[in-house]
Amino acid sequence: MSRKYSITICDGPTCLHKKSKELESAIEQCLKEHALTDKVRINLSGCLGMCGKGPILIVKPGYTIYGSVTLGDVAEIIEKHIIKKKPVARLAIEEDHLYNRFFRIFGDVNFFGKQLRIVLRNCGIIDPESIDDYLSVRGYEALAYVLTQMKPLDVVEEVKKSGLRGRGGAGFPTGIKWQLTAREKNSEKFVICNADEGDPGAFMDRSTIEGDPHSVIEGMCVGGYAVGAQKGFIYIRAEYPLAIKRLEKAIADAKAEGFLGDKIMGSDFSFDIEIRLGAGAFVCGEETALIHSIEGHRGMPRPRPPYPSVQGVFNKPTLINNVETWANIPVIILDGAEWFKSIGTEKSKGTKVFALAGKIKNTGLIEVPMGITLRSIIYDIGGGIPNNKKFKALQTGGPSGGCLSEEYLDTKIDYESLAKVGSIMGSGGMIVLDEDTCMVNIAKFFLEFTENESCGKCAPCREGTKRMLEILTRITEGKGEEGDINKLQRLGKLIQKASLCGLGQSAPNPVLSTLKNFRSEYEEHIKEKKCRAKVCSTLLGYEISEKCIGCTACKKVCPTGAIAGIQKSLHVIDQSKCIRCGACFEACKFNAIKRI
Amino acid sequence: MKKIKITINDKPYEVDDGQTIMQAADKLGFRIPRLCYHPKLSIEGACRVCIVQVEGMRNYVASCAYPVSGGMKIQTNTEEIRQARRDIVELILDNHPEDCHTCERDGVCELQRLAHLTGMRHRHFEGEKKHYDKDLSSSSVVRDPNKCVLCGRCVRLCSEVQNVFALGHAHRGFRTVVVPAYNMPFKDSVCTACGQCINVCPTAAFVEKNFTQELYPKMGDTSLIKIAQVAPSVRAAIGEAFGLEPGRTMELQTVAALRRLGFDYVFDTQFSADLTIMEEASEFLERLQGKGKLPMITSCSSAWMKCVEQFHPDFLENISTCKSPMSMMGAIIRTYFAEKIKKRPEDIVSVAVMCCTAKKYEAARPELMVNGLPGVDMVITTREIAWMIKSAGIDFVNIKGENFDEPLGLSSGAGAIFGTTGGVMEAALRTAYELYTGETLMDIEIQDIRGLKGVKVGKVVMDGKEIRVAVAHGLGNASKLLDEVRRDPNKYHFIEIMGCPGGCVGGGGQPYAGSNSIPLDEECLKKRAEALYGLDRSKTIRRSHQNPDIQRIYKEFLGRPLSATAHRILHTHYQAKKPCGIIPRELQVR
Repeated sequence: MSRKYSITICDGPTCLHKKSKELESAIEQCLKEHALTDKVRINLSGCLGMCGKGPILIVKPGYTIYGSVTLGDVAEIIEKHIIKKKPVARLAIEEDHLYNRFFRIFGDVNFFGKQLRIVLRNCGIIDPESIDDYLSVRGYEALAYVLTQMKPLDVVEEVKKSGLRGRGGAGFPTGIKWQLTAREKNSEKFVICNADEGDPGAFMDRSTIEGDPHSVIEGMCVGGYAVGAQKGFIYIRAEYPLAIKRLEKAIADAKAEGFLGDKIMGSDFSFDIEIRLGAGAFVCGEETALIHSIEGHRGMPRPRPPYPSVQGVFNKPTLINNVETWANIPVIILDGAEWFKSIGTEKSKGTKVFALAGKIKNTGLIEVPMGITLRSIIYDIGGGIPNNKKFKALQTGGPSGGCLSEEYLDTKIDYESLAKVGSIMGSGGMIVLDEDTCMVNIAKFFLEFTENESCGKCAPCREGTKRMLEILTRITEGKGEEGDINKLQRLGKLIQKASLCGLGQSAPNPVLSTLKNFRSEYEEHIKEKKCRAKVCSTLLGYEISEKCIGCTACKKVCPTGAIAGIQKSLHVIDQSKCIRCGACFEACKFNAIKRI
Repeated sequence: MKKIKITINDKPYEVDDGQTIMQAADKLGFRIPRLCYHPKLSIEGACRVCIVQVEGMRNYVASCAYPVSGGMKIQTNTEEIRQARRDIVELILDNHPEDCHTCERDGVCELQRLAHLTGMRHRHFEGEKKHYDKDLSSSSVVRDPNKCVLCGRCVRLCSEVQNVFALGHAHRGFRTVVVPAYNMPFKDSVCTACGQCINVCPTAAFVEKNFTQELYPKMGDTSLIKIAQVAPSVRAAIGEAFGLEPGRTMELQTVAALRRLGFDYVFDTQFSADLTIMEEASEFLERLQGKGKLPMITSCSSAWMKCVEQFHPDFLENISTCKSPMSMMGAIIRTYFAEKIKKRPEDIVSVAVMCCTAKKYEAARPELMVNGLPGVDMVITTREIAWMIKSAGIDFVNIKGENFDEPLGLSSGAGAIFGTTGGVMEAALRTAYELYTGETLMDIEIQDIRGLKGVKVGKVVMDGKEIRVAVAHGLGNASKLLDEVRRDPNKYHFIEIMGCPGGCVGGGGQPYAGSNSIPLDEECLKKRAEALYGLDRSKTIRRSHQNPDIQRIYKEFLGRPLSATAHRILHTHYQAKKPCGIIPRELQVR
């Protein structure tokens, strides 16, 4: 045993859920038993992205990736891999072998093959709680470089040249935003990191911070220097305790090392960062609402102009960018705008992190270059649809986004192309839907979210989303009326065009895009009272097939006595009495009851 | 100002740069429909009723918030924008009770007007409506969230103008509701009862606690003596409730109408305003001679008194101990007058017709009782009395005027101007000057402290001594003025504070703004104030101490100002209050 090993354990939310914490203690215990505690270092990594195969362990050197590790596997890994130096083939994730610039080989895994990890470059590579680890991957070099080699306006120029656009959703050119803030003549300015990730199922920002907090801090310092700000706020929701803990430690470490605070690295630039916790309202991700929240007010948006670059937090010029945007900055400085610009499409440069979820084999967090097709994400990285089901739609952009049908799968991802086909990039939610998904129901699901999260300030969003939801609810309950589709469209357009903030303006997108791409499903629900995906329970009927052996289980559970039949003979459902509760379907052990 | 060229509805115009689309359009005669906008408050941009189309913009633009720029092409009345605006108003209406014909504001409701002018003829989107209980706990203001359209005017007014922060939005989306802190009963909140939320509310989400139904049975009880007193600014505004232009004085008509309603005596609160001046001016001179703290601060405004007790207890010793004119009148009616007509005080129904909602709260304050009875049994606002007059079928506009009753009906011009900001100070100085110097103040109109500037300062030289005075109206301005005094306690000798913008003429109980007007319109407030200044000018007696009935009451009953009797029935003391929801000054977010 001359070598020193390290074991990295993914502690992203999904792996935590799959007991990665217990795994950590089991490994510690096992190492103790073998007296290896001094020889093997245990790291936590933040989300690695391969949530579908969690919990994930990486054994270095060698970067062997183990997936779906159970407590029972720990002893085997320690004894075989660490002591006998033979990786446990049974547990290793092995697919095609590919390299790329930013991501060292994690075993031989195709999941990472088509990815390009710029934002997540250090996630899983370094110990997020160690500033030394960050420094070892050229951490704070970008800050040192701008402080010594670049004038603030040069930094703004460089970011402008890179073509980086805001990763929070709207895709506003980051460099222009920096320029607008930099040109304001005010001795007091602020920068803000928007870490109020609110889309349901999205965890891009959380994982970036949990896996590599220093890159965000470094990005903010560079931004502060470029626009002439003295103070930064990180606005993060209180429900991200691990991310907050890591940020707090990272800020303290950066201060101790002189990367934050007075006269950073001996320059004239002083900059400090404060964490502000949000209570988790979706609307607080909207920049003006976020600013109100930081100021101590209720998080409600206000009309713009004036934009935050002119009048932001405490009425001072404020530069506000999202976590992912900030994490890109050190790379742009180190590798140059020219290199960054070489990645992506004509108008969208660099990469984008997506949270891939839904009916797909490999769910998790991915980072891909702009310009990759949706098909490649779903089939190459995501591994396609499980259970031989047919692809139906791809929902991008979270509750503000839209649903795209199969014909759009060859769309190359960038801000414009997604908008053109009726969805948005958004902050990076990506949900795959298969043939078992009812599109009316999915639209209702997303609208339920926005209706509930509407701040209540402006009338179109507050009242309009409520009415749209009522209409959708009645359609899914078989009470849809002639004219409901027109009403949905009329309200949807109104809310889009008349709402105060981006949240309201995008709230109807899931409905409008499904109306555009899946209109026939709405019509079936309304006219034929039919749900083809068999999701809307009140539109389903039940029928007993030949498989019935007459066990009477269904008859016993039926609350309305709609099932007739004697023992050992075929039972029958009286459709006029059936209330479509589905109890018989659940009770039948012989698959004899069919949904119709 | 730089001029820029824009087009509105395809016609070219040249307008000033640096204003909003709405401001520019207003000046050109395009009155874009609106709801949450109010010129005195910050821009909310919430209702979206004032949307317009701007060429090149993907979405509609809220004209209240968006600045004009050169070359801008604006459409205010296309079919598309008309439908959008109509739909927005419908969405608001769909979540609003359909009870216009039983609503307090029927006919003077901004939402009703909007529905009319957007051409609402049927509903497309109706569904669930919100349902909340009315908050009837306050003695002054009733809160009915069912009628709230969430324009946020009340919230902004209460925080931005009044600095009271009694109201805020709670919950989200469809469940958003305007509530006091912790959704406590209104009476336990920091609400000062000023009633300005009622004034700015476009609907009836806030109304005064109505006492008319409790008054009717008493009016019918022949064993009781019914006495009304009328505040100065009621007469300056009540005409508006009958469709008259603001600023028309309806003093004598009001007296006549009250008699028609069945009051046995109609007295003038201006008389007790003169009495207040006698006491207050004397108190001021005592303090000036070292007996008591300076600056002395007036105490006539009930909302202001609750505000002091809650937010500025460090100034309680500066507050004049004089009761308000209404409470002084109440006390005199129960004592001096009851004796004069040989009635037991409890056989008198003492009604105050006031421009104010906070007076309802004041009337219920236990410390203002006289011999175990409240000085005033019931306070009726200008709006309530106007309704009673209409309801009784009295032809108010054409009725022949009558005079107030003796011996509490004669007033000086000083009493009249009590109703407007700066008036109490002016009246007090007229008398204090003479009491101090023995000479008559000849330059009787003190212009420096007139008008609608938030904080006004002036000075008078009495026997070579410079008396520095300051006047604030609106509780927000009051806070500013007090902060100034905290920094420099010797800056002023005498301070007048009125809780409402404009003073009592802008009270929370005054008639609603008509269809061509906006609530708290400065022009309207000026006209009401001018009506009172006109009354002052029209009187031969313009100084309180020259009022012969005042002289008589001192001779017959009170002795002299600040006598033991005067102290017992005309003065009081205030105590610090700590209702829930007060944010310590150092933590306040402004």
